[in-house]
Amino acid sequence: MTPPASRTPEGGYIGAPIPRREDARLLTGRGTFVDDLEMPGVVHAAMVRSPHAHARVRRIDAQWARALPGVLAVVTASEVDDIQKPWPARMPSPVPGTTVRHGVRHTLPRDKIRHAGEVIAAVVAESRALAEDARDLVEVEYELLPVVATPAAALAPGAPLVYEELGDNVAAHIVQRVGNPERAFAAAPHTLRETFRVMRGGGHSMEGRGVVARYDEALDAFTVWDATQMPHAIRAMLAYLFELPEHRVRVIAPPDVGGGLGPKGSFYPEEALVCWLARHLRRPVKWIEDRLEHFVSAAQEREQIHTVEIAFTAEGTLLALRDVFTHDIGMYGALVSPVITACTVPGPYRIPNIHSEVWAAYTNLQPTGAVRGAGRPQGVLVMERMMDRMAETLGLDPAEVRARNLIPADAFPYPVGLWFRDGAPLTYDSGNYPELLRRALERADYTRARQEQVTLRARGVHRGIGVAICVEGVGLGPFEGAVLRLDARGRVVVTSGAPPQGQGYQTAFAQIAADAVGVRFEDIDVVTGDTGAIPYGIGSFASRVTANAGPAILQAGGTLREKILAVGGHMLEAAPADLEIVDGAVRVRGLPDRGVPLAQVARLGNGGVAFGMVMPGGLSVGLEASAYFTPSQAGYSASAHVCILDVDAETGEVTIVRYVIGHDCGNVINPLIVEGQILGGVAHGLSNALYEEAMYDEQGQSLASSFLDYPLPSAREMPRIEMFHLTTPSPINPLGVKGAGEAGTLPVTAAIAGAVEDALRPFGVRVNRMPLNPARISDLIHGR
Amino acid sequence: MSDTRAITLTVNGEPRQAMVDVRTTLVDVLRDQLRLTGTHVGCEHGVCGACTVLVDGEPVRGCLMLAVQADGRGVETVESLAPDPAHLNPLQAEFVRHHGVQCGFCTAGILMSLTAALRDNPRPTEGEIRETLAGHLCRCTGYQGMVDAVLALAGR
Repeated sequence: MTPPASRTPEGGYIGAPIPRREDARLLTGRGTFVDDLEMPGVVHAAMVRSPHAHARVRRIDAQWARALPGVLAVVTASEVDDIQKPWPARMPSPVPGTTVRHGVRHTLPRDKIRHAGEVIAAVVAESRALAEDARDLVEVEYELLPVVATPAAALAPGAPLVYEELGDNVAAHIVQRVGNPERAFAAAPHTLRETFRVMRGGGHSMEGRGVVARYDEALDAFTVWDATQMPHAIRAMLAYLFELPEHRVRVIAPPDVGGGLGPKGSFYPEEALVCWLARHLRRPVKWIEDRLEHFVSAAQEREQIHTVEIAFTAEGTLLALRDVFTHDIGMYGALVSPVITACTVPGPYRIPNIHSEVWAAYTNLQPTGAVRGAGRPQGVLVMERMMDRMAETLGLDPAEVRARNLIPADAFPYPVGLWFRDGAPLTYDSGNYPELLRRALERADYTRARQEQVTLRARGVHRGIGVAICVEGVGLGPFEGAVLRLDARGRVVVTSGAPPQGQGYQTAFAQIAADAVGVRFEDIDVVTGDTGAIPYGIGSFASRVTANAGPAILQAGGTLREKILAVGGHMLEAAPADLEIVDGAVRVRGLPDRGVPLAQVARLGNGGVAFGMVMPGGLSVGLEASAYFTPSQAGYSASAHVCILDVDAETGEVTIVRYVIGHDCGNVINPLIVEGQILGGVAHGLSNALYEEAMYDEQGQSLASSFLDYPLPSAREMPRIEMFHLTTPSPINPLGVKGAGEAGTLPVTAAIAGAVEDALRPFGVRVNRMPLNPARISDLIHGR
Repeated sequence: MSDTRAITLTVNGEPRQAMVDVRTTLVDVLRDQLRLTGTHVGCEHGVCGACTVLVDGEPVRGCLMLAVQADGRGVETVESLAPDPAHLNPLQAEFVRHHGVQCGFCTAGILMSLTAALRDNPRPTEGEIRETLAGHLCRCTGYQGMVDAVLALAGR
């Protein structure tokens, strides 16, 4: 038997490192992922994808595919015309005066194909293998069009157009200004200018995307099981495309989703097609993305080229920042990531004058969205590289230069002067960056590490030390909700909209609910990700769920407790103020034998008097409470990373010697989960820093579409991470929490880039492009 | 387009029969026909290791072995490690304690590789544990919780 969950010394569950209740089923092979669902009569879809990045479809001949035994349907754009509505624009820019231009997309391309991997038809058969056989028999005749495969090519005069109706390939032009940067640059004693490039990357959750749809003819309603980060948004899109009221589209993220990491936070053509096919065939239809499809069709992110300038004094005080960058939107995407990048660049530093300018460009590459970090790692890389360069220019220690520019601990709330992605001013809610840096350096034994570096360098060992600090906008609104009720078993059922992707909501939500209602952790059940269970929700991204759903659970839990005590008070003939909830029963405080089990309270409180009877004592019915929490703005977590590594100048291989993280995400609900989130984020960041690169040729063809060409780090490549927490509670929600889901990812590329450049200083190497795989390091050393 | 064969496997100690297309992989038969869905398919090209099962005691990528190749052999999957979620084996229990699982999609394959490795060497060092885990990809955990779980089990 599992022992009762541990509590904090104060007696609560919030803050206790409770092992996750999700684990046992996952460890015994009894999880329920979308492809695990038992679905009688299910048939299987495969997608016909364009091999070309930019082309018109002259003709599709599906006769051979349709003739294959076991094939049930082959559909193209003309068959699914009723769901060929223009997709709504994904996101406005939060910045006033921004130019945003939306290329209109449809479920299947109407006029032309805009990326290699775009779906142009779907096949359904009795098995996935048969569906793939038939897919390969669909003959498509293409008229090839010239391709734009980079933002630079897309923004060049006379470039081929991704959307003809826009007249050029500019998706957005966003300018933000603080102070008077021109004057500051003109008057500054020192300036530096650099160009940095960050590559595209994918999410690569180990489970790909996947969807199963069932259509009920009698109700004219869909039930859709979808490995998604945002079931309510999927419902909205399906309801729009199928012209159904939302209550006839139920979208359920299965209890287990095998990682999200951003790409599952978009709507995709496959979701609409599978529903259409289920209705057409009157059979459940399943589509499970394979890894190749994830490489060529799931949303990616990160490709940016920054030209950045800083102005500073001889003492190393920042005076101004100018950052102009291009962002590759692909053929479709949201402005989430570039806006966040622009807001992440200033980081933990006081910068009185800022010019920030984004040019987001459409290209003939696959759609973009967010990938763990969502624009933030690029921003951190740019600023932290410049801090390193400033230190080098002035002959100062890079940690010291940072310390001289940090926003002091007494300056909160701190307005940066930009607009954040949530449409609110970029105002840091709380933090203590000097203490975070000081403790990180102390933990890494920084002074001694610098001394050792000198000794090692004399012996020919290329030791480098990198320091990176960042501020991370988290907990974005507009809301998340919670419904709590006491059910007939006397258990509290917590329902919230956002679906977990491995973050342990069933555990963390139960901790919050148990404290709010005042019941045992073991007496809580948690339901997530089901639009049939809670009417509204946003989803799992932007490190936002604990800061949104958490306070909603807290508030609804408090209300539910009052209702339970009101009913219990009636049953026990006692004032609610004299009652307590102990061991699954409402009791009169000080009289342990005068109690009534919660199940009995539920029976009366939920109207369990005989039919025709009136509720006694004027009690209202329904031991249920709901709350939607709407934060006034984002919260701001912070991290300081110190990386000590060696570079083998012969092979270009990097060996990480020590990696220390200081992290502040406000109050922590479950330290075990928070640390796990950060460790996973670091692995993603390290992968971006050293390995992953979604390369394309000039025809927009992926050159890295398997884990052989696109390596991810294994346990052998991952160093042991040392971590400590600093806690500056957030004032913007009653739990004082911020967010940690993406945190680990953010400063890693910057810390490793700084450390590699530091290690190779004898070669005069400049690290301006990621990732730092052995080939690139070798090129740097040899001046290629 | 396909050719079908009858195969007999011993799966988690029990004899099982299946009619399979010759092109069908072992993991697809385990999941789709025998409904042992604890083993997952992550990349279908033998890199991620999510589909790892033991065949005659040795770790095998379930996506790279054809079902007909497993005819007459003994297969162990994650479902064999514990009778139910309330009775975890010691390795599984250490995974809970050290937060070695997040989304859990890759976990089954990892447990099977570790199970085989621990039979050969019950007291692995951290380096040996990482070497075993190097045949697997996990995007959630950064591996540290898994490594710590095995170190604890090994009494290190």
